[in-house]
Amino acid sequence: MSLALAKFLPVSANVPFLRWRFIALAISGLFIVFSMIEFATVGINFGIDFRGGIQTEVIASEETSIEDLRTLANSLDRGEARVQGAGTDEDGRTSYLISLPLQEGEGMEGEQAQNDASRQLRTALTETFPNIELRGTTVIGGAVSGELVVAGFTAIGVALLLMLIYIWFRFEWQYSLGAIVALTHDVIATVGMFSVTQMTFDLATVAAILTIVGYSMNDTVVVYDRIRENLRKYKVKPLDEVLNLSINDTLSRTILTSATTLVALLSLYLIGGEALKGFSFAMIWGVLIGTFSSIFVASPILMFTKVNRSSDDEIETVKF
Amino acid sequence: MMHFGRWKLISILAVILFGVMYTVPNLVPEAQRYTVNAQGEREAISIWQYIPSRTINLGLDLQGGSHIVFEVDMDEVREQQLENLAADVRQTLGEGRRLHRSVAVVGDEVVALMVRTEDRDEAMERLQDLVQPVELAGGGVSLEQNLQLEAPEGEPNAVRLSITQAQFNSIRVRTVQQSIEVIRRRLDGMGTVDPTVARQGDSRVLVQVPGADDPQAIIDVVGAQATMSFHMVAENIDPGPSGQARVPPGVTVYPVADPEAGSPLFVAVESRARLTGDNLTQAYVTTHPSYVGPVVGFRLDTQGSIIFGELTRENRGRSFAIILDDEVITYPRINDPIMSGSGVIGGGYTYETASELVILLNAGALPATLTPVEQRVVSGSLGQDQIESGKMAVMIGFALVIIFMLAMYGIFGVFSTVALLVNVILILGALSGLGMTLTLPGIAGIILTIGMAVDANVLIYERIREEGRRPKIKPIQAVQKGYEMALAAILDANITTFIAAAVLYMLGAGPVRGFAVTLGVGILTSVFTAFVVSRLLAVLWLRGFKPTKLPL
Repeated sequence: MSLALAKFLPVSANVPFLRWRFIALAISGLFIVFSMIEFATVGINFGIDFRGGIQTEVIASEETSIEDLRTLANSLDRGEARVQGAGTDEDGRTSYLISLPLQEGEGMEGEQAQNDASRQLRTALTETFPNIELRGTTVIGGAVSGELVVAGFTAIGVALLLMLIYIWFRFEWQYSLGAIVALTHDVIATVGMFSVTQMTFDLATVAAILTIVGYSMNDTVVVYDRIRENLRKYKVKPLDEVLNLSINDTLSRTILTSATTLVALLSLYLIGGEALKGFSFAMIWGVLIGTFSSIFVASPILMFTKVNRSSDDEIETVKF
Repeated sequence: MMHFGRWKLISILAVILFGVMYTVPNLVPEAQRYTVNAQGEREAISIWQYIPSRTINLGLDLQGGSHIVFEVDMDEVREQQLENLAADVRQTLGEGRRLHRSVAVVGDEVVALMVRTEDRDEAMERLQDLVQPVELAGGGVSLEQNLQLEAPEGEPNAVRLSITQAQFNSIRVRTVQQSIEVIRRRLDGMGTVDPTVARQGDSRVLVQVPGADDPQAIIDVVGAQATMSFHMVAENIDPGPSGQARVPPGVTVYPVADPEAGSPLFVAVESRARLTGDNLTQAYVTTHPSYVGPVVGFRLDTQGSIIFGELTRENRGRSFAIILDDEVITYPRINDPIMSGSGVIGGGYTYETASELVILLNAGALPATLTPVEQRVVSGSLGQDQIESGKMAVMIGFALVIIFMLAMYGIFGVFSTVALLVNVILILGALSGLGMTLTLPGIAGIILTIGMAVDANVLIYERIREEGRRPKIKPIQAVQKGYEMALAAILDANITTFIAAAVLYMLGAGPVRGFAVTLGVGILTSVFTAFVVSRLLAVLWLRGFKPTKLPL
């Protein structure tokens, strides 16, 4: 076991990251602006959790085409039906997702209409196509979908806030500010990506965004931790050099961790099945954007806010 | 840092042993762990009697089943409560000298108007009797009162009554609780296996039925109101062919459920119920010579039997109607007095519809209307597919990460591989031991943990590498320094991720919670394995081989 490829990675690289900070910030700025425009004009393809409605997954026999399913679903007169392929099962049979929009009606009447539409769809499918297999049905009413939207965004907001308080507590407010900008950047860029690709944005995506926030924060904290350490070590070195040194010190770790996480996520994306595709895609994007923002957004902000380096408390070492 | 005392070592091994003990039952089929003995009891085979029998709970998205959330219609309950209050007010003001001109429900209030302004004070006094402390759902009484009485200055002859929020909250808790009990009885009657019925939020009830992939069957049984009552059919009143005819007060027209060809579609009955479903003690499927096919037999309680006996004795020749959820299910003619307190409801039932009615009658009526607001149904085959692909993704992700770590760090890669293995065992053991539920997003959480758990190891090894470059440093010192210096960063990084997982768990809805569980548990176990298990291995290796140079 003498083989250890890590040997070939430089312990401390010397990449002038900070010199590129303006180019990087410009790229980030463009990203953000583009994401916002995209979000405002094209919008997000919200999944059933947030949109409400009825969605059924079926496996039909080969002679049944996607058109047959669409015609049937539209014949129910329950609003415009959407039918899309949803991958293949173990035996190579194609499965389809049939969606109906949220049924109209005040309060409980709307909820009742939802249930009626779902019943109607399931009955029509089994009666028209005797060999059809109903694999799953999701019915989300207006009240629940509204609550899920609120809960989703509250979760993201509360998580951000708690993390910032933690960073403030452990570091200084400048770090906290750097982290919030970096994290908001990641969230907006991810939402923008969902707008561009029109991939379904559902509850799993909210989970993915929160994990991205956690991951990006993880990355940022590692760099910050090193910055704090180096600021205490080199009392007279110019700030930009210390920042750059810290990013370089942790660069090999950043690359290796991103690589292993990406490897795990790629296997999830490629073989984890249809239900987790959107989630793993968001996460892959998030790992990339989170790594980028830790280096190019979170650290340069410490330059701009003139992080406090006069503090002379001891280097923390935690003993077991 | 580099010294492991005996007790530390023992506790590390104990933790791992616990993890293994709770994990293995998940890997061996039940049939190989337990047999059923001659008395029909489950018996553990050999070593399995020393190992916990619990296995990981699979979420409905993995084992297949129906997850349905019902909303209890509290608006309806509020209206009902106001109507009841208005009736009480009428009775109170009408006793003895009648004081009121009218009593009506107006919005969220009951408004009583007096005939004479001078009577308002007496009315207020009489109505004080209706004001009582709120009865709490868990027993006992609250300091707050159930009603608020008001004598508005602008309206000298009016008294306004409203139900307090405290009273309404107590009613809501009781209504939801009663609904849950009725639902449980109905699901038991249906013969479902391991259903879960639980309150969700203020006025919702979550019903989970593993293995049921037809949600409508459950909704039909759970959502049916099943309010049953016995009324006399009104004499000489024709409800008209469409039930629209004007009828005198005290008479109500109901549609007939499943009318036979040529018989009336509507029946006019006396509004006053003579008996209700509460008087029913038992219902069952049976047969009766007068009917073709199955009929539903019922027995009444003592009080019900007496009332029914008098009713049938005094009204020989007339008809009575049994009404279920605003539909007439039968309206037979009374030929002879029925003193036994039992009878049958017949006509047009199949075995299934008769059984369904029996379940409903035996479980009792729901106290309020339940409407499904969320349904998530997964068939067993889809669940199985999701388990398979999830397993596959975990194994392949795991293998790729191991190859990566071995290639990058050689012998230290071996340490982190062992740590990773222990990590997965601890996650599964914790899920199993703590009775948590594994969902498809939960599997994603495990895979993500595997990817991120390596981070702690990478942080440490990179730090060791860095420290190892210093002049004249011994391998053991470099390793020690590496672990020491990396700790703060690892803790900070993991605490922030743990915050994300905790928030997700607290605020997240159903399916996402499963992800938060495995992510949160995974963070705890990965800090433990990276910091304790891999360090122990590194220390043992350093002591055993005494290398002069670190292979990093």
